[in-house]
Amino acid sequence: MDAFTTHTGRAVPLRRSNVDTDQIIPAVWLKQVSRTGFEKGLFAAWREDPAFVLNDPVYEGASILVSGPDFGTGSSREHAVWALQQYGFRAVIAARFGDIFRNNSTKMGLLPIVLPAETVEALQAAIEADPAIEVTADLAAREVRWGGESAGFEIDDYTRWRLLEGLDDIGLTLRHADDVQAYENGRQRWLPTTV
Amino acid sequence: MGRTLAEKVWEQHVVRRADGEPDLLYIDLHLIHEVTSPQAFDGLRLAGRKVRRPDLTIATEDHNVPTVLGPIADPVSKAQVETLRKNAAEFGIRLHPMGDPGQGVVHIIGPQFGLTQPGMTVVCGDSHTSTHGAFGALAFGIGTSEVEHVLATQTLPAYRPKTMAIEVSGELPFGVTAKDLILAIIAKIGTGGGQGHIVEYRGEAIRDLSMEGRMTVCNMSIEAGARAGMIAPDETTFEYLKGRRHAPSGEAWDAAVEYWKSLRTDDDAVFDTVVEIDASVLSPFVTWGTNPGQGVPLRDAIPAPGETSDPAAAQRALDYMGLSAGTPLTEIQVDTVFVGSCTNGRLEDLRAVAEVLRGRTVTARTLIVPGSMQVKADAEAEGLHEVFKAAGAEWREAGCSMCLGMNPDTLAPGERSASTSNRNFEGRQGKGGRTHLVSPAVAAASAVTGRLTAPADL
Repeated sequence: MDAFTTHTGRAVPLRRSNVDTDQIIPAVWLKQVSRTGFEKGLFAAWREDPAFVLNDPVYEGASILVSGPDFGTGSSREHAVWALQQYGFRAVIAARFGDIFRNNSTKMGLLPIVLPAETVEALQAAIEADPAIEVTADLAAREVRWGGESAGFEIDDYTRWRLLEGLDDIGLTLRHADDVQAYENGRQRWLPTTV
Repeated sequence: MGRTLAEKVWEQHVVRRADGEPDLLYIDLHLIHEVTSPQAFDGLRLAGRKVRRPDLTIATEDHNVPTVLGPIADPVSKAQVETLRKNAAEFGIRLHPMGDPGQGVVHIIGPQFGLTQPGMTVVCGDSHTSTHGAFGALAFGIGTSEVEHVLATQTLPAYRPKTMAIEVSGELPFGVTAKDLILAIIAKIGTGGGQGHIVEYRGEAIRDLSMEGRMTVCNMSIEAGARAGMIAPDETTFEYLKGRRHAPSGEAWDAAVEYWKSLRTDDDAVFDTVVEIDASVLSPFVTWGTNPGQGVPLRDAIPAPGETSDPAAAQRALDYMGLSAGTPLTEIQVDTVFVGSCTNGRLEDLRAVAEVLRGRTVTARTLIVPGSMQVKADAEAEGLHEVFKAAGAEWREAGCSMCLGMNPDTLAPGERSASTSNRNFEGRQGKGGRTHLVSPAVAAASAVTGRLTAPADL
């Protein structure tokens, strides 16, 4: 996983609620067996509309997505995270996230930032007023900053540490292989196996 | 203080707990399918890792498979299925491929084999893993990174979510089903209502449901934002499990049942959130919009955006759906009816459809897709397929099919469906397709009239 410490870039306002993962990456894109090339499928259906915000040249190169509430609901497809990252996004800001999407993001180093709905609204308005405004997502300080404004956000210490260090979860768990073995030795004998 | 069902199952699976870290949870059963696993297996190969417990892992082909006999025509879909076959062979994982009598939608075959049991932890790279919570298992969907983590370690690091009780009092009126109940629950609490929670469905109307009805309810927990939904196991659960291929037998059965009976929320346990629903006032329920929370009783009219909790989203949904506020739902014409999916692709669902279609003829294109090869065989043993064919419906092979349109079963742009599946998202059943979520009985009645219809109105 790529480490995430702090990132400054331009942002794009997505004024929609309930942006489900089927919209972020439609199912037809899930047939790929590789981890790359998903940027072309990001919001594929919505991008066919010339008026869709990602098609607005003023937001070209933006790396922070500022969405309406309930971003990433629905399907567990991690491809949604890959598509956002490969398109160039490093962080997504919303008032609420789907639980699985949020979890998947933290496994991949895409920072999901929860801010109050009115703060998200103010940030979207600031971006619309000046699309060149720079937004900083500072994980170390747990803070988002833009144009003289700032807003703190919460993230648990463990996830923050993992993201700051870019640590692989599997490697961390394998350090506790003895605990896993001990647990396995005590499992109930009636539990099923697939063999 | 007492503990909830979710807390009991969680505590039973903690491998390691340390201050300031998520719990490390043991996973009892890992279900795999072709879509969310290829990159996980690649990750294992890159790191030189093995699957820790292939004997707690099972794979099937479901999302991409065609529902007509013959090979997979789409070369990309075919390559994905072949990748799963190679990975299963290389890592020693049991696979039920297309054409195998055990093949089917991943959330249908787990319970069918008796692999899903009370008190277990069950995960799969699929958000509808919540289905297995119907047995009192803690079951939730995961992403591909977590699939790789479970393959490598048979564990997952996780913070325990909050607990939510959804208390469903009273009895469901005649003709009102588990699907109507869960659609009504989602409409009440919203698509984000269950975020950060494990839901426990409780109360008289839940206890009265069959195992298949309970699976329908738990299946759509994710549509209410909850990663997991659970129902305490009882005699209905034990009766369903007894004699299944992987269920315990003999003395082990007795020991298991004794433990399973302890898997209920203590009387003095406290939930973080409580929601109350009166089942006795419910009626057939349908969605009109593009998220599963945008639903109303079928006898109602489409609400004005201003009357909804999110007017901008409602207006956008109406534009996409080609609908206007104030239109009675029963006046909406449908082109296609889809019966199937992990929500409503089981035998009881097919029986409900047959009951409506017997002696009648469909006027809309109607696809009936059994959730598994076993469901197909059981339905045919009862002659249900003859009823479907006589009515003019198409009787297909098992798979996910039009629930998400990864196989050739899709809606054309602008086409409208009544669908027993779980998501009415834009383009979910095919680009530009318009989906109304309904129960199997409403799907069948709608197939007959060509518009959204309750069976009672035929």
